[in-house]
Amino acid sequence: MSDTPLLEVREVTKAFGGIIALNRVSFSVGEGEIVGIIGPNGSGKTTVVNCITGFIKTSAGQILFRGQDITGKPPHKIADMGVTRTFQIMRPYYSLPAYKNLVIPLFSPRARRTGGWRGGGRLGDRNTVGIDILEEIGFERDSYVPYKLTSTLPTGYLKRLELARCLALKPELIICDEVFSGLSMSEIASMVPLIEKLQMEGITLIMIEHRLRELFQVANRVMVLNFGEKLVEGTAEEVMADSRVREAYFGSEDIEEVMIHA
Amino acid sequence: MDILIYGTINSVALALYALGFALVYGISRLPNFAHGALYVLSGFIAWSARNTFGLNYPLSILAAMAVTALIGAAIYRLFLIRVRGMEISEIIASYAVALAILEGLRWGGFKGMTYTLPAFISGSTTIAGISVDYQRIVVVAIGAVLVALLWLFTHYTRIGLALRGMAQDERAALMLGIDSDVMAVVAMALGSMLAAFAAVLLLPLGNIVVESGYNVLILAIAVCIVGGLGSWMGAVLAAFIIGFAQILTVVYVGSHFQMVVALLAIILTLILKPSGLFGQQKELEERV
Amino acid sequence: MNTAATQRRKERIDRGIKVRSDGLYALMSWRELAYLIAPRALLIVGLLALPLVMPGAYWQRVISIVCIYALLALSFDFLAHYVGLVSLGGAFFVGVGGYLSAIFNTHWGWPVLAAIPAATIAGGFVCTVLLLPCLPLRGVYFAIVTLMYPLFLARVIEALNILGGTDGIMGIDSFPSAWVEEYGVLVLLLVSLFAIRRLVNTDLGLVLRAVKDNDQAVKASAMNITHYKALAVFIASAIGCLAGACIVHIYMWAGISVFALDFSVLPIAATVIGGAGTLVGPVIGCLILVPVSELLRDFGTLRIVFYSLILLGFITFRSEGVMVYGQRKYQQFERWTTI
Repeated sequence: MSDTPLLEVREVTKAFGGIIALNRVSFSVGEGEIVGIIGPNGSGKTTVVNCITGFIKTSAGQILFRGQDITGKPPHKIADMGVTRTFQIMRPYYSLPAYKNLVIPLFSPRARRTGGWRGGGRLGDRNTVGIDILEEIGFERDSYVPYKLTSTLPTGYLKRLELARCLALKPELIICDEVFSGLSMSEIASMVPLIEKLQMEGITLIMIEHRLRELFQVANRVMVLNFGEKLVEGTAEEVMADSRVREAYFGSEDIEEVMIHA
Repeated sequence: MDILIYGTINSVALALYALGFALVYGISRLPNFAHGALYVLSGFIAWSARNTFGLNYPLSILAAMAVTALIGAAIYRLFLIRVRGMEISEIIASYAVALAILEGLRWGGFKGMTYTLPAFISGSTTIAGISVDYQRIVVVAIGAVLVALLWLFTHYTRIGLALRGMAQDERAALMLGIDSDVMAVVAMALGSMLAAFAAVLLLPLGNIVVESGYNVLILAIAVCIVGGLGSWMGAVLAAFIIGFAQILTVVYVGSHFQMVVALLAIILTLILKPSGLFGQQKELEERV
Repeated sequence: MNTAATQRRKERIDRGIKVRSDGLYALMSWRELAYLIAPRALLIVGLLALPLVMPGAYWQRVISIVCIYALLALSFDFLAHYVGLVSLGGAFFVGVGGYLSAIFNTHWGWPVLAAIPAATIAGGFVCTVLLLPCLPLRGVYFAIVTLMYPLFLARVIEALNILGGTDGIMGIDSFPSAWVEEYGVLVLLLVSLFAIRRLVNTDLGLVLRAVKDNDQAVKASAMNITHYKALAVFIASAIGCLAGACIVHIYMWAGISVFALDFSVLPIAATVIGGAGTLVGPVIGCLILVPVSELLRDFGTLRIVFYSLILLGFITFRSEGVMVYGQRKYQQFERWTTI
């Protein structure tokens, strides 16, 4: 891992009228790390993602990617630089078959620039490449699943489809917004190795999560947000030992039993 | 100096045109493209009440406002309520209603100089050396009073507050027991009545022509877009900006370009600041 | 369990022959091939045969007008149902294309067969540039702006008295021969129809449909939405300008009436009646509406009242449209099942 952070968020503030959703949040993410962002509902986690990826304009602060200022750039330019995201409220193209969903990101300038999936060649037929990407992400290749209409797929597959859409862009950073939520235990059990595989391929991940147990299995560092402010940052153990974090989630009761299962 | 006076009068007229449209859009998010048609229709009703049915003038005015409000509510209840929420369909449907009304009136022989409504007070006076009809002064005075009254209504009466509640957050309003369908019909009736009000105030200044239906619609939309949907202050300010720009154009360039000014205002706003001068809602609209 | 009377429900199942003719399997037998080809063949042969079948110059002219409106309706359907932009001002495209072709022909002396393509492309550019400001915004603004442009352009031309003012540009050449006029427009319509059909199934077409469904996701996939919308608007406005250029040469006159409401409203009504989203439906809708409108020509602007009422009825009561109904019947059958 290099010294200059891949992504730097400096004093980002966002106010919606009178509501301050983010208050001077700062953190940085190094290359190859998996950083988790956790916090109770309404703490501003998705707002951070929206600010970083350009879907919402910040009221103040700066965001740097590889040293370049990306604050306030339009979302497609930021994605073009390699910063991709999934959506908490899933947005697949419901009327298309699953593998056709990938045709769209593969049509983008970035996908055409970063070369074919088969390693440095022409992109090839986008349908075939789409099926390849789906196989990487865990759809069974020889089954009919990739060809099914997206509106008929269960949540586990849809979440993977969201990730697949990011992977089609050959990203450097993926921000996963609640990728584990809504999944059954078996679906999660197969997602975790997928996340680890992505890290091994050199992709940096920021994961916003509520499922703390699974997150702590993969995350190198964790950051806690509460009411738009960063409470604490550190390894999973450090963070969960902090009483302020427990207070934010559970109120000020003694909750040591919860930590036994972490 | 006369630019100042006529500019003010024009601006107030624009604000009057825009009020009904802005009210309906602000409360039920319905872009009522039939607004201009209702304006002309109410003028026609007032004229018929006076000339065909022989009612006296004040009664004709009341009749026009009442009937137009009823027609507006009926249009909403019969047609527009079925496309509620689908913005594009609402536009197409209300535009279809507008076309039906306006072109129907045109076919029915409504052309030429013979259709007029008399002024409330005839004669004129001089202000700072410029001759101004009394009717125009009446327009400004009543317009100002109307805006103030509406503001009070929506901020202090129960119905007014209910309407504002609906404008801000429909689901919350529903949960508080405010029936949004009924409120939407009320809003439409009010908006139509305001269109009629503007018509009876302003039509005496000229003739009743079908073309003004389209013009009023365009001007109302221009004021709302430039001012920012959902903001009283913005609409008033936009009315003044466009109003004065129009008068300046008439004086210095040529009177044919009045409407072009409105279009340019819309395009400029869309390029520079799409949410309008005081528009608030752009970011809150889409939950990403 | 439910001891009351058994309930029945209608279910729709694909017809056997549709399933058998899916994809490559269509080559299995002549019957499957016929099933696929028949509708398209019927359309092409039917349209091409129309000028031969209909008697008299009056009806020949009506057929040409049908094709003009059909081009406009095609462009409306493409923009509205495949890209999500509703254009309430088809007259805008017709006017720009018409005036441009008139100028190329009379002022610059180009022959008809050069003026029309030039007007199509140039008109496409002009319209796209004029519509550019509202593309990054929500669809409402596009509808508003397209509504206003024809009204304004008509007034500006009248006010400035340019381009012939209220009299219009006269002395425009007509097509080289009557047959070219007849069949030229027909062939252009068929070519455009099938071209757009192919386009929406290519990867680019998929991207455009994605922009309609879910533009946030497209933005997140590193693509500039405004760029793609502009492309779609260019294609649709070029088709509209083509229609305008043709009509100006058919009537040999270009005046303010090219911005008439007819050109804005009838395509929308035809699309809604014929079946929105099918691309063929609007053509069928025009085949129905335009002759009716010609018969109503004596009634003046009552025509527009007529279209608007039809439009209102269809939009609010959400009828499917002829083609959608027809496609459904062709591809699926219904039966009652008990639950």
